[in-house]
This record gives sequence, C-alpha cells and structure tokens, in this order.
Amino acid sequence: MSDKKPERRDFLFTASYAVGAVGAAAVVWPLIDQMNPDASVKALASTEVDVSSVKRGNTITVLWRGKPVFIRRRTEEEITEARSVKMEDLIHPEKDEDRAKNPEWLVMLGVCTHLGCVPLNDKGDYDGWFCPCHGSHYDTSGRIRKGPAPLNMEVPKYEFVNANTIKIG
Amino acid sequence: MSDHDYTPSSKVGKWFNDRLPLLTLANHLTDYPTPKNLNYWWTFGGILTFCLITQIVTGLTLAMHYIAHADMAFESVEHIMRDVNYGWLIRYIHANGASMFFLAVYIHIFRSLFYGSYKSPREIIWIIGIIIYLLMMAAAFMGYVLPWGQMSFWGATVITNLFSAIPLVGEGIVTWLWGGYSVDNPTLTRFFTLHYLIPFLILGLVVLHIWALHVPGNNNPVGIDIKKPSKDTVPFHPYIVIKDGFALLMFMIVFAFFVFYSPNILGHADNYIEANPMVTPAHIVPEWYLLPFYAILRSVPDKLLGVVAMLSAILILAVLPWLDTSKIRSAVFRPLYKQFYWILVADVLILGYMGAMPAEGLYLLIARVATAYYFLHFLVILPVLGFKEKTIPVPLSITESVLGGSPNLAAARNRESSENLK
Repeated sequence: MSDKKPERRDFLFTASYAVGAVGAAAVVWPLIDQMNPDASVKALASTEVDVSSVKRGNTITVLWRGKPVFIRRRTEEEITEARSVKMEDLIHPEKDEDRAKNPEWLVMLGVCTHLGCVPLNDKGDYDGWFCPCHGSHYDTSGRIRKGPAPLNMEVPKYEFVNANTIKIG
Repeated sequence: MSDHDYTPSSKVGKWFNDRLPLLTLANHLTDYPTPKNLNYWWTFGGILTFCLITQIVTGLTLAMHYIAHADMAFESVEHIMRDVNYGWLIRYIHANGASMFFLAVYIHIFRSLFYGSYKSPREIIWIIGIIIYLLMMAAAFMGYVLPWGQMSFWGATVITNLFSAIPLVGEGIVTWLWGGYSVDNPTLTRFFTLHYLIPFLILGLVVLHIWALHVPGNNNPVGIDIKKPSKDTVPFHPYIVIKDGFALLMFMIVFAFFVFYSPNILGHADNYIEANPMVTPAHIVPEWYLLPFYAILRSVPDKLLGVVAMLSAILILAVLPWLDTSKIRSAVFRPLYKQFYWILVADVLILGYMGAMPAEGLYLLIARVATAYYFLHFLVILPVLGFKEKTIPVPLSITESVLGGSPNLAAARNRESSENLK
C-alpha cells in the first residue's frame, strides 16, 4: 500500500463500487429466489387422511408435499419394543413417547434421512424399516439404528381431526 | 500463439485476413507442430470433440420432440422412441453417446496420468480438463433425469440430497434446488434448462483447453520438451488428422455396436418404469461412469464425510500437478510410478465394481480399502515417489529415443534388422 492520502477520487471509486455491488446483488436475488418453492407449491401444504381402514400392524403411505408419509398402526409388541430401547443405544436419541403421542399411531415422513430414498416396511435388523439404497436400518419408532443415515425419520406436524382422520401439515 | 508469419495467397484472402485473422488461425491449426511419436492414446482429444458435437446435435434434435413436464416427459420419450422418424436412433445415439463420451474421457485422463501430461507447463490445460469433466458429470446426471423414469427420479433425489449434508444451510439448498419439498416438476424443468446449457459451456472450455494446449504444444510418450518445429515434429495436417481420423473410425465402430446391437445394456431397466415418488427401486445405482465415486460415497459411514470424500476424490485431481513431485513426466522412465499407476487403474476399476454392488459385507470392506488406497496414492505415494524414485535417464530428443540411448534401443534395432532381412 502507498502512503498517499486518500483523495476525492478514491472516495468516488469506493462509493461507486459499493453502489454497483448493491445494485448487482439486488438484480441477482430475484434470479436466485425464483428457484425456491413457488406460491402454488406452498399452497399444497396440508393433507387430510382417513385412517379408519388401517388394521393393527399395517402401514399406509400417503403423499404429502410430493413426499411419502408412513402412517403405521403399531402392534403392542412394536410399541413395547420401541419404548424399551435405552437412549444410549440410539444414534439420534429421541423418546418414542415424543415421536408417537398416541402410541398406536406412528406418523412420519417415509424418507430416509441419508439421501432421501423411501425405506421398506417390516424390514431390517430392528423390525422397522430398511432403506434399500445405502442400507440404513430403522426401528419400530422410525429411529435410525444402523447405517449411514444421521437422523431418525422426521415426524411432521400432524393432528387427529377426529378419531378416524389425520391432518398432516 | 503463432510463431510464424502467414500471408494468404489470394488477394481476397489477404483483405479478409487483415480484418479478421481467421486464415492465420486456420494456418496455425494445420501447421501446428506435433511430436512425431504420438501414439494412439493421443487420439482421444479428437474423439472427445466428436463426442461433444454428437451430443449437441442429437440433443438439439431430441429437444424438438421432448416435453419437459412431470406429467408428459416419460410419455414424450416413448413418443420419440415409437413415433418420431428415426427418433429411436437419435435417442439411442444420445444415450449411448454419453457413455462413449465418458469412456473416451477416462482414457484421455488416464493417458495424462501415465505420461505426466498434467505437469508443468501444462497445469492450466489439466485444470480446465477437470472442470470440463465436472461439467460432463453434471450434464450427464441431469440428462439422465429427463426421461422421468424410476432411476431418473430416485437418482435425482439421492444426488440432490447430497447437498443436505452441508451443515445449517443444507436443507435450504436442497429445497431451493428442487423448487419444492421433493423432486417434482420444477426440478425437471430447471434440469432440462441446465442440461441444455452445459454442453455449450463445455464447448467454450474445450476452446480454452485447446488454446492452452497450443501454447506449450503436446506432451509426448517420451515426456521431454522438444524444439518446435524441428526434426522431432510433424505438422498437424495431414499426419495427425489422418491418425486421429483412423482412431475415430475404430471408436465409431464400438459406438455403433452399442447403438445398434445393445442400446440398453448400459442403462437400467427400472428407467422404463415411470417415476413414482412412493416407491424406491430395490437397488439404486448410478450410471457406470459415476460408480467409482459412488463407491467412495458409500464406503464412509458418515453422511457429511461421505459427501466430502466423494467430492475430494474428484477435486484432488485438480491439484495433482503439485502433488506429483517428480520432475520426470513419462511413466516410461519411472519404473516405480509405472507400477503404482497400474495399481491405481485397478483400484479405480475395483471401486467401480463395488459401486455397482450392494453396500454390505465383503463388498463394503473392499470398497473401504480401495477408497483408502485411492487417497493414499495421491496424498502419500505420489509426493514421496518424486523424491525416492530412481528414474531411468531420459533421451535428449524423440529421435534419440528411437535410434539410441534409450531402453527401447534393443527393440528398435531388432525391428530394423528384421526389416532388413525382408
């Protein structure tokens, strides 16, 4: 750097660059943001599902926001198995009580948290789900037990509108 | 660039050339002095140019019939296959052309690795090449999504989800890439746009790649600097043009074999099933040319580190000119490097095979060892080898390497004497 004192011209240069950068950023942002979910995609935010026909030990899969959601009506053994697991044995410790408020119903995104494949029902070493893509095993609470996935399958926001209807989203 | 003066013979040519020196450029390209010992491994540059042009031409014609919409894409591809005149031929050339492109680029890359073509003063050529290779992978991946079959959909899901491994902003980036909460129509339309754009970016980079090549000139099998032009060089035209042309014909025979006799052998049957977001195919595998990197991704049991390892495996190539500390370019004069080179080739092939197998048991173990070796080769073996290896003395010129002072001397003499007997 020179020891020259900043003069009028240096100020003009700096000010022009700054204004130019702000202007360029303002123009670029719409071009980037247009790729984010649009209004029509966001509008499809919730879906209602009739679960009256689901028997114990069965899973139905419904589509929500383009993603599969597993709704499993668990058996007593599955609930016991899920609730008896020690927290230290979990990769991503979460209590089954927090994941399934109503123990009979497990509602979660059927999306492997590794790279987004749909895990298979009633498979794997923990009687829950198994992802065929890269071999992640999930237990009867949809918690990751073995394999490359870092997190449990996500429980979306949902509620029972009445005894037979679940509203997801 | 040009070290010789050129004046067009015709008056019109001179008038034009004074205003836009295209004829000087053409003359530079035809007269371009090329090492006279270039072997057939050097013909893949021309072959790759052919592949790029083939992909652009067939891609343009396919785009006239393809519909980039989640509800219609799969059907429009079948429409191309069944109804469009020669649509089956154009699509099969395009689909197999991608594989042929990668086959050629891998040979081209491994040629550079063997003969040390990435070393000073050719680092920029090499780095531009790596960028082209990355763009090729992006283009191939997005192109594979366009038919909107099961592999398209789930391949897109898995690959875009790689970005979710980035801490904090990962999920946001994935949503932004998708334009929604899953791979869907917005994803398809933007992939189509980018798939259309990338080949032209590659074309621009190919021009830079060749421009950068023409500054120092070609490396050669002996790997020594040569005087240009001299007795060690021949003009590009007709010598190299004819040799490249012959190699291209051989390559086209292989290409045509795939297109006409086994057009689907390099693809996956699952991609003839329309995309279904509810069901993942039992076994997701990328196209063969991405398998070694896929094996590296899967061999690391942590999501983020797996992605980091996979990307590093590619990007490590960009710094190769500085990892390889040996002053000698060609493996011909590096007895140890030559062996490690072939081990690396085997290692990459093993990784490719493991990438196609399920990630469990022995397969996973072998993939892990092969992954470790891959990085060991670039990060430890190459830097150390440059200091430790006892190299064979290199000849002073290409001519000398044929006529004397080379380890191939005996062979050359034998050939001469057997020719004399005829």
